[in-house]
Amino acid sequence: MVKMNQVGSVNAFDEMHGFDGVTRSQYLDVAKHLLSLPVDSLGQKQRDAELLFRRMGITFAVYGAAAEEERLIPFDVVPRVFGAQEWQRLEAGLKQRVKALNMFLHDIYHDREIIKAGVIPAEQVLGNSMYCAAMQGVDLPNQVYAQIAGIDLVRVAENDFYVLEDNLRTPSGVSYMLENRNTMMRLFPQLFTQHTVRPVAHYPQLLLQTLRESAPAYVENPVIVVLTPGAYNSAYFEHAFLASQMGVELVEGKDLFVSGHKVYMRTTQGPQQVHVIYRRVDDDYLDPLAFKPESMLGVPGLFDAYCHGGVALTNGVGTGIADDKSTYLFVPQMIEFYLGEQPLLSNVPTWRLDRPDDLSYVLEHLPELVVKEVQGSGGYGMLVGPTSAKAEIEAYRARILKNPAGFIAQPTLALSTCPTMVESGVAPRHVDLRPFVLSGKEIRLAPGGLTRVALAEGSLVVNSSQGGGTKDTWVLEE
Amino acid sequence: MLSRTADHLFWMARYIERAENTARILDVAHRTAMLPDEDEGAVARLWFAPLNICGSAEGYEKKYGLVEAGNVTRYIALDPDNPSSIYSSLMQARESARAVRGAITTEMWEIINSMWLDLKRMLPSLDQANLDGFFDWVKERSHLFRGVTLGTILKDDALYFIRLGTFLERADNTARILDVKYHILLPSVADVGGAADYYQWGALLNSVSAQEAYRKIYRDSITPMRVAELLILRADMPRSLHACLNEVDSTLEVINGSTGREARRLAGELHAALHFTRIEDVFAHGLHEYLTDFLARTHQLSNEIHDAYLSLKDDKIPGGIRPDRFQLQLQSTSP
Repeated sequence: MVKMNQVGSVNAFDEMHGFDGVTRSQYLDVAKHLLSLPVDSLGQKQRDAELLFRRMGITFAVYGAAAEEERLIPFDVVPRVFGAQEWQRLEAGLKQRVKALNMFLHDIYHDREIIKAGVIPAEQVLGNSMYCAAMQGVDLPNQVYAQIAGIDLVRVAENDFYVLEDNLRTPSGVSYMLENRNTMMRLFPQLFTQHTVRPVAHYPQLLLQTLRESAPAYVENPVIVVLTPGAYNSAYFEHAFLASQMGVELVEGKDLFVSGHKVYMRTTQGPQQVHVIYRRVDDDYLDPLAFKPESMLGVPGLFDAYCHGGVALTNGVGTGIADDKSTYLFVPQMIEFYLGEQPLLSNVPTWRLDRPDDLSYVLEHLPELVVKEVQGSGGYGMLVGPTSAKAEIEAYRARILKNPAGFIAQPTLALSTCPTMVESGVAPRHVDLRPFVLSGKEIRLAPGGLTRVALAEGSLVVNSSQGGGTKDTWVLEE
Repeated sequence: MLSRTADHLFWMARYIERAENTARILDVAHRTAMLPDEDEGAVARLWFAPLNICGSAEGYEKKYGLVEAGNVTRYIALDPDNPSSIYSSLMQARESARAVRGAITTEMWEIINSMWLDLKRMLPSLDQANLDGFFDWVKERSHLFRGVTLGTILKDDALYFIRLGTFLERADNTARILDVKYHILLPSVADVGGAADYYQWGALLNSVSAQEAYRKIYRDSITPMRVAELLILRADMPRSLHACLNEVDSTLEVINGSTGREARRLAGELHAALHFTRIEDVFAHGLHEYLTDFLARTHQLSNEIHDAYLSLKDDKIPGGIRPDRFQLQLQSTSP
């Protein structure tokens, strides 16, 4: 227990109470109208929420679990609240970061100025398995590669946020941002009557606008579709949800075919051309002719059509080179290089284990650090030193020694906490935040994001696949 | 609309309708079983009929052998191994709905999803004693689904394919119920008018919610020919073959696009035949033969609909691709 407290609640910044226990002004309404309710009736609201989610079918599948198993991501009724000004600062930082990341991608797949200038070593890019050589010289609408970016943020103090990770491939979770708000409005209508919480429900319209702007330049009124791997994908609910919110077709690979560098969908009225594909299928599975030949999810010839400008894919192909955990280290330099600005959002200090000095420091301090695989995602395959048993740490040490370049390490951050309903009542639990940044002809985001919460006491792992839950995220009007 | 989406909508509607009809068939069997039995053979015939109507006789025989009330009911209502059980129908309806979540309204999805979740919850406590309530529940949910569908969905191709599924399935089921019941109930056409007969035919009418309609229209005792007329030829009787084909025919007319000419022709032909046939002609031809022929033709119609609208094959772009919306706009605005 003592060990947990070192990383856990004791010295963490609390979203509601700060460091000193005084309720922060943005939480006054929540304290007055929600947390003043008896624990029993809060618990009842929590159960009502679960019922709503189950009825709406907002479930997700877990890789490796039985095929028909559908789980709910636990929803917590206590919202996470941002004041108007702190959000403004975050928003500016997010836009800056995503802009630089897209400029980086365009540069890498064209003139590689940043390598020529010696800011990023060539082998970091060209030797990276995420680099997609076939994208070299391909021109994309708006020179944007990651139209939809999910940036994971954590907070350690009133004004200290860190970017934990950039997600530029097929980031998911935005449907929870929308449905969490929906659910809160159904459960606590009185909380919203004063209109101080900025709405997020227009996100699908922002997304649609972004997708329209991403169409090949010659198309005036683009036909847009959402491409899903299918009903058994863990994020299928979200794919269907977004398609229906935007009023566009939800297609699977088998609904599409390519002819003459153009893409068509099979409809009850014959083939219809498609101009923009919001694809939620990974690069590797997009096109069996260009990537994994065994992929059943993709569309033969799609990549070729894309390279010829016959169709737009969002996100673009090859974005993995920019959100890779080893490229992450260079993002602050990218911002300076492309924008001539100081980064508004900081990176977490990171040790690269391919560097001998970093490696020996990390190996000496494993019990204090968080170690991650460079290619990993979803909270799998990481070591959280302070909450791991000695044997786990030693086993991980052996993995590191086998391939140091495959790992990075970071200090164990005291992630901020937020009051959360747990079995014993309301207690602080660690949270992070994933806002969704949209890039078309301009950069847009809805005020909010997905707040994930680690429900186990002292736990820092917020991933839904690892027992994390979600909260509604409020941004207050000024 | 995507062919795959249309396919799922069509089958979602068929499976819901199938679940409802299966519940109706079992409900009637249960009610009939409460009448005094004549002999062992009659009981076996009574319980064999639902197996026959639902196309489950072969599967049942493999699993249980002898026909027995409890086993038949369980097999047709609740058995996941039986692909046409109520359980399987609701599961497949929900799987189809799930695959096209975006094409149906939230309210429709909530009904279909909660129907499935409730069924799974009720399953352990269902037995012979409370099955009446279960059959009513299935019917009510199906009514609710239809009502929610009409009350919430946009009147476009999605609704049309749902309606095609509903009415083709219903036509198929009504024809089967009539065919099988007729065989059991009518050893000889002359043998009419007994009290048992009255209850038996009454039960058949009940199974398709036609008892009240019969009384209103004929105001007379129940005769096989009138029952057949009501369920085959009366256009104003919602579960009759004529009413179903009315819907199928008019729905095919409003589906967008120029595909499906053969399906339209077939539906028109079937519909016209029902419109102009007299019940005396049907009986002269033989009711069983008539219904067998009808089932074959609706099956063919279903196949035509599949080929024209629902299948994924054929990558070939025909001579010209249907111009998409913006091209159409360009054409219409150019001088």
